[in-house]
Amino acid sequence: MTAGRSRVAFVAFAFGALALYPLVAEDYGMDLVTKIMIYALFALSLELLVGSTGLVCFGQAAFFGIGAYAAVLLSPKYDAAPLLWLMPASMGVAAAYALFMGALSLRTRGVYFIMVTLAFAQMAFYVIHDTPLGGGTDGIYLTAKPVLAIGGATLLDLDNSRVIYGFTLACLVAVFGGLALLLRSRFGRALAGIRVNEQRMRATGFSTYPYKLAAFVVSGAIGGLAGFLFAVKDGFVNPEMLGWHQSGAVLIMIILGGLGHLRGALIGAFAFVLLQELFMSEAVFGAFARHWHLGLGLTIIASVALLPRGLVGIPAQVRERLFGRRVGRPFGARGSPGTEARNGRL
Amino acid sequence: MDLAGFLIQCLNSLQYGLLLFLVASGLTLIFGIMGVINLAHGSFYMIGAYMAYALAPIVAATFGGGFVSTLLLGLVLAVVLGYLLEWAFFSFLYEREHLQQVLMTYGLILVFEELRSILVGDDVHGVAAPDWLSGTIPLGDVMTYPVYRLFISAVCLALAVAMYFVFSRTRLGMMIRAGSTNREMVQSLGVDIKFLYRVVFAAGVAIAVLAGMIAAPVSSIYPGMGNQVLIFCFVVVVIGGIGSIRGAMLAALLIGVVDTFGKVLFPEAAGVLVYVLMALVLLWKPDGLFRAGS
Repeated sequence: MTAGRSRVAFVAFAFGALALYPLVAEDYGMDLVTKIMIYALFALSLELLVGSTGLVCFGQAAFFGIGAYAAVLLSPKYDAAPLLWLMPASMGVAAAYALFMGALSLRTRGVYFIMVTLAFAQMAFYVIHDTPLGGGTDGIYLTAKPVLAIGGATLLDLDNSRVIYGFTLACLVAVFGGLALLLRSRFGRALAGIRVNEQRMRATGFSTYPYKLAAFVVSGAIGGLAGFLFAVKDGFVNPEMLGWHQSGAVLIMIILGGLGHLRGALIGAFAFVLLQELFMSEAVFGAFARHWHLGLGLTIIASVALLPRGLVGIPAQVRERLFGRRVGRPFGARGSPGTEARNGRL
Repeated sequence: MDLAGFLIQCLNSLQYGLLLFLVASGLTLIFGIMGVINLAHGSFYMIGAYMAYALAPIVAATFGGGFVSTLLLGLVLAVVLGYLLEWAFFSFLYEREHLQQVLMTYGLILVFEELRSILVGDDVHGVAAPDWLSGTIPLGDVMTYPVYRLFISAVCLALAVAMYFVFSRTRLGMMIRAGSTNREMVQSLGVDIKFLYRVVFAAGVAIAVLAGMIAAPVSSIYPGMGNQVLIFCFVVVVIGGIGSIRGAMLAALLIGVVDTFGKVLFPEAAGVLVYVLMALVLLWKPDGLFRAGS
């Protein structure tokens, strides 16, 4: 199992590098990497649905935005909220919406599911955008960041950029490890079974609906966590966080990284945000940086056409080119064989 | 609400619903026949509206102007665009999973929006209705209704009837229906299915562009207009049942009524009502009102 070991080594190396990064980083880099780690968490939440369970959810931004708005709306106006209460509460609100959205949308399948999840996310968008609760297009500011305090001593103050970096990294490691364990468990195997052949799972006596709904709620809670962290990092939320461009962006992250692998979500989030920064950088593109969507769109099209297995699949693709050996068909191909045992891999 | 007001809102619902139907019918056709989920379909609507704005001066300079000639030029351009797009981007998507189709067409949306921003800019524009349609007809004692909105409804109805006729009464429609059921079989009978797909795709694009062009005078044209329409079209397709033209018609009219009357009667909940309607339909019939083929 050298391939398995090299995967574990890759993940351990990546987290080690992230942990050591603050020693050399400046403010801009710290902020950027914090943002990337938050997106990585967000991408992991979607990977659980798309890559592991085979449910293509196109409304993931709803959980992200609801988590973020919950963090702001549940905070007291002027005082810092206790972290240990605010974080689970934000995740809980996002999970509750996931329960509602999942309960209805899981009645459909295939393309219907894609469209229905998108429509429910838009519904959340309009609720936040149009009602006085959400502060309209301008969004709301989070005036006091939450703190972790025991007695009178403040242990973690998330107003500090290094603290939020460390806290985000800890969340990322915990969620990554938790998902890796979850996918190896009986529950995770059942999700893999649903992805590969739901009919067969039902025939063997699994009631698949509760499994899918549970995956949906877990995914919503993780998405809510990412949104919570984003709101705390920037101290600001706006309706764009629930917009469908956000749902599209996170889908692209996991596909760019490579579906069916948890580390694909990490790699994809890094690659996507760095690409975005590249196309938005005026140093490279000058005045044309205003039209950064064009470069991003063309990159997406090219990656769909040329990298059907994502960045994770590049080594295998190169091997096939060099030695002419086919190692399974791309994830995107219909009826691809060899996808049975993919869950639980890093 | 008095009778005249009610009548006006009914006409508005009808006009909005029929317009939605035009855009959604292309979406549901392309999905039902080719199995491709096309997120960029809303962009074609946006392109149409911007064409109505950008082509009018050009047409005025070369052909001496005219609303109808602008529409015709836009339609020709749309067919060419659709044909080329199918050839360049969609023809290799048929064998891929829906997920990859979603991504590819999402990328296309970004490209279209930016090209629009480079070529025409990001400003909001208005387009004037042609003189011969800019009148109003009186409704009741004080209310009037613009003729142009009636014109939109008439064009949409005519197109819907034409589509129904082509599908159920012509040889082309027969081949298209057969191709959606069994691609290989139709191919082995000697029909050029690739060409057929290209024609259907180009027709879908042309219908969406036409919808955008005729809608431009009543709704101002603005950058995000394609996305708004796309999501409503999704709701139409989900409620109506994928691939079903009849279902799309019914669902579009239903949404037209709910959205228009929602904005008048419950302005604070208007944005959500359509989605509530969709949730209710899904609870009742998860496959939509009319599933194609059933």
